[in-house]
Amino acid sequence: MTIAQPDRGKRRRSKLDAQFDRIRDREEAGQVKKRRRGRFWNKFLNNHLAVAGLVVFTFIILVSVFAPLLTSYDPRAVDLRSMTQAPSLEHWFGTDRTGRDVFARVLYGGRISILVGLGSAILCAIIGVIIGIYSGYIGGWLDWFAMRVSEVFMAFPQIILVLLLVSILGQSLANLMIIFTLTGWGGIYRMARARMLSLREEEYVQALRSFGLGPARIAYKHMLPNALGPIMVNITLSTAAFILQEAALSFLGLGVPLSVPTWGNILNAAQDLRILENYWWIWLPVGVTISLFVLSVNFIGDGLRDATDPSQQG
Amino acid sequence: MPPNSESARPDADVILSLSDVRVHFPVKAGVFKRTVGHVKAVDGVDLDVYRGEVLGLVGESGCGKTTLGKAILQLVRNVTGKVLYRSDDKDTDLTGLDERGLFPFRKRLQIVFQDPHSSLNPAFTIFGSLEDPLKRYGVKTRKERRKIVGDLLEAVNMRPEAMDHYPHEFSGGQRQRIGIARALSIEPELIVCDEAVSALDVSIQAQVLQLLMDLKQSKNLTYIFITHDLSVTEYLCDRIAVMYLGRIVELCDAEELYGNTLHPYTEALLSAIPVADLDRKSKRIVLEGDVPSPINPPPGCPFHPRCRYAQDVCRTVVPELKRYRSDRGDHFAACHLVEAPEAD
Repeated sequence: MTIAQPDRGKRRRSKLDAQFDRIRDREEAGQVKKRRRGRFWNKFLNNHLAVAGLVVFTFIILVSVFAPLLTSYDPRAVDLRSMTQAPSLEHWFGTDRTGRDVFARVLYGGRISILVGLGSAILCAIIGVIIGIYSGYIGGWLDWFAMRVSEVFMAFPQIILVLLLVSILGQSLANLMIIFTLTGWGGIYRMARARMLSLREEEYVQALRSFGLGPARIAYKHMLPNALGPIMVNITLSTAAFILQEAALSFLGLGVPLSVPTWGNILNAAQDLRILENYWWIWLPVGVTISLFVLSVNFIGDGLRDATDPSQQG
Repeated sequence: MPPNSESARPDADVILSLSDVRVHFPVKAGVFKRTVGHVKAVDGVDLDVYRGEVLGLVGESGCGKTTLGKAILQLVRNVTGKVLYRSDDKDTDLTGLDERGLFPFRKRLQIVFQDPHSSLNPAFTIFGSLEDPLKRYGVKTRKERRKIVGDLLEAVNMRPEAMDHYPHEFSGGQRQRIGIARALSIEPELIVCDEAVSALDVSIQAQVLQLLMDLKQSKNLTYIFITHDLSVTEYLCDRIAVMYLGRIVELCDAEELYGNTLHPYTEALLSAIPVADLDRKSKRIVLEGDVPSPINPPPGCPFHPRCRYAQDVCRTVVPELKRYRSDRGDHFAACHLVEAPEAD
């Protein structure tokens, strides 16, 4: 006896069915191309925000690096005959109160601001990750010691450290980066460590230990990729924070010398209410540039995190 | 027993011998992290494992089965007692060896984990996860390693192409088979299967168990099979050790355990196995209460608060694991109420 089946067999094969069948046939024949290294880029490139971020980021960096080719003005050259001029063909972004070309200053300023912001953030991440991943995995007295050291650095008032270093070594870009790194590595260290504390109980870690693999290999090679997501986000966030901190310290005369154009220094000129109201071209372009840069770094960070997470398809 | 001219010792084919193994974790409290007590996860286990057998280790959650398994592989700290591993007729105590000293034994002992979702690294392909141990054991070229991993995957009934996929692309049963393949990768002699099938549904369980048995045949393995599922041990094990609160309370041949139960705890465990027979009214023994805290085990027999036969002697004296004779080899049980064993 046959029971009337719902006409599943008769269902019209859609185009999609045929397509899936073809894919399956190829799979069974072992002809599917192996994706080597393509996976990461595939996922990253499918993330439109991340790609947009990468484009803006690259653009700003290129423009800063090749600033001398793009503008003939010296960003430090004072020209008292052309003070606070509105944007024109001659001065694309106008001039500031001492007649310096704002466009040139934004371009050249990018060099230092990006170096300080991104550079310090990456230095922080390197130090924090190296210490945090290892001590978090090993635990014991090493972990205890690293934790106390990071607490000392985080509890130390940054401004006093700045005063101290500036009075000893003088004002310079390198000092600023050293200070940011010294005071900033603790955050990423703690994040990496906390992640490791939960990861080290995972069974795959135990399995690796049961093979007698060394702790450094287990921690850095096998566990670090799983801790990378929050670290990436932290790098992008601290990049933004460092750019703004550099501005604040420069304003106090403790960071980069005021004559050196940085995005922070340019913005500081706008603390005057008169400028804020009347001369928008002095602060608006640089403000937009900072926002764009920080945003692009954030998007790239997000994209990297998603692309390194294998459980998300792209 | 066939006469053995080489060695007259009765334990000639013992591969692993535990004596008085204890794993105590300190409990710290207060501002100064003073040690206020110990969790006695494993509290004095004596056990011999014979080459080529399947030894079941059963007990309810929290009785220390997994910790004992990890203690054998030295994956937990604080192991005291002796874990003697016999290779080339030489006994080596694994406790107290540092990682360098352990290295030759890492190759011989392996473990298959319980949770197929956390036993594979999500950030690596299967090949990426499996290649490092091979590198560590001297497989130099990538081509060779790919060959070996491919063969391993075939040995666990998976397609070699699976090595280029990520763990999340596999089902639980497949991942568990990959976990088995990983344990096999360095050709160990003894594998601790820590609840290796508990997380799988029944049809997949049978499939994985069958695979384990086939591999045991073809590769001459010894298993320590940790589980809480007595129906699995019945199907699989040569001998069974029943654990309660960090100790072994009964140890004997599998058939003997089911046919001639001596310890009241084992009796209760066996009565809890569901039977697909409506007419059989099994008298089910329901244990009251929880397992006592391993920080503060009760005095005397650790099982006495839940034992329906408990008498005065049980509340004060800790019962030893005593040997009883049976038709099916030695039968050990730790209970005051079983009649005294025959004198040897």
